[in-house]
Amino acid sequence: MFKKVMILVVTAVMFAATGSTAADFYGTLAKIKETGTIVLGHRESSVPFAYIGPEGKPVGYSMDLCMKAVEAIETELGMDLEVKLVPVTPQTRIPLIANGNINIECGSTTNNLTRQEQVDYAYTTFITGTKILTKKGSGIKEIEDLAGKAIALAQGTTNERAIKENIEKLGVKDVKILSVKDHAEGFLALQTDRVDAYSTDHILLFGLIAKAKDPAAYEVVGRFLSFDPYALMLPRDDSAIRLVVNRTLAGLFRSGEIKDIYNKWFMSDIPGSQALMVPMGDTLEMNFAVQSFPK
Amino acid sequence: MNYNWNWSILTAEPYLGWLVSGLGWTLLVSALGWIIAFTLGSLIGVIRTLPSKPLRLLGTVYVELFRNVPLLVQMFIWFYVLPELVGEDLGRWMKRDMPFPEATSAILCLGTYTASRVAEQVRAGIESIPRGQVMAGYAMGLTTKQVYRYLLIPVGYRIIVPPMTSEFLTIFKNSSLALTIGVAEVLYQARQIENYTFQGFEAFTAATLIYLVVTMIVVFVMDRVEAKTRIPGYGVQGNT
Repeated sequence: MFKKVMILVVTAVMFAATGSTAADFYGTLAKIKETGTIVLGHRESSVPFAYIGPEGKPVGYSMDLCMKAVEAIETELGMDLEVKLVPVTPQTRIPLIANGNINIECGSTTNNLTRQEQVDYAYTTFITGTKILTKKGSGIKEIEDLAGKAIALAQGTTNERAIKENIEKLGVKDVKILSVKDHAEGFLALQTDRVDAYSTDHILLFGLIAKAKDPAAYEVVGRFLSFDPYALMLPRDDSAIRLVVNRTLAGLFRSGEIKDIYNKWFMSDIPGSQALMVPMGDTLEMNFAVQSFPK
Repeated sequence: MNYNWNWSILTAEPYLGWLVSGLGWTLLVSALGWIIAFTLGSLIGVIRTLPSKPLRLLGTVYVELFRNVPLLVQMFIWFYVLPELVGEDLGRWMKRDMPFPEATSAILCLGTYTASRVAEQVRAGIESIPRGQVMAGYAMGLTTKQVYRYLLIPVGYRIIVPPMTSEFLTIFKNSSLALTIGVAEVLYQARQIENYTFQGFEAFTAATLIYLVVTMIVVFVMDRVEAKTRIPGYGVQGNT
């Protein structure tokens, strides 16, 4: 009898002891907890997702979403974190995530399957596609009109590949392509008449127009030449940090707070530029609805 | 570090073709830039040692201007700013109809920048010749032009072969900055390979090796040249 009681008591104590110990963090969360710092990569001229505002600090739609995720990570780890901001370009963003130099990339990065071999993504936060920016009166309305003209493309973007593939597929002849480093240079080339068009994701084109000295001189033309869903980039094979970020995003989608954040950056005046006035649209609304995972 | 190595992309088409074409552009831009740098630099270097004060001032202004502005800024100025300053028609031609606008800007930029450095080397070489030699030349009845032609330039250039080799290697490496204005040279192609395959480390290793091999070849050749052109008994210490 005594033996039976003792066995019961020991088992009970063992269960109590293993009950609710603090979860062991691994991967990126462990590293963040250890250093007390979270490193966010941001773009410098991707209006309105992540760009340097008039006060010299990075601001934007993706930045706001990232900061919400940082708050959630702070809660998860039970500590305050120092936020380090590192500028990235289309060239450097994937290597920096892959080797752990930045923990989350907050910009205008397209989620595609090839990139998923090197990095991971949170839930889609915006949907866009490749379009063409040109000066009014240039006579360019679709990609076929680029025959015999010059276009600037940012090296390393999905749009560069989309335009090149479409030019080959549709047999558009004699297109001169100027390779530039980022959107600011591409727009400069268009502004100074070095090229007739610049192409990137359509929403970024609206951002470039809004920041220009003479917005009325430019227009975005053509059909969508690619499907580009944007998402925050995360390190690969790290479900823990992805869960925290996704949980935050799903919460924003569920409560409808995402609409306020969206309107703040797309339907009203933003730091350093006029309002873009791009309404959410059915596809993006459906995107948020479908990703509103319950708790 | 979560990285999947894949060296086979370097030998696969089209990436190998891209690297070869990139190498071609690097060599072209560097070689043509060097031709400009050497001729213009020699001219400026000689001008800086002439007896005439206004000419010396001209040389100094050139060297200080081109030496002190960062090369990347100069690239931008040649490519983006210059066409805006030369007037409507010429500017438009430069931006649209001129063949290879990016390569031309890169060659002119590299050439003028390196010329300022070559000028300093040439000046150092000429000024290192003892004043006694120059005075002896004048005493023998040589004109200034003859002093330069028979005395200062032949001896001066042989002295500066090693730093001149360095300048040539530097222009070769500086040609990589041309990628910022769109020239498809080796480093640009390495980045392009990285974009398409995400195998960045392999691509940049390939670019590094290409640069190393070419510079080794140049050093090998210039070592022979230096040995041949060395003046026996002239230098105090040199014995390489």
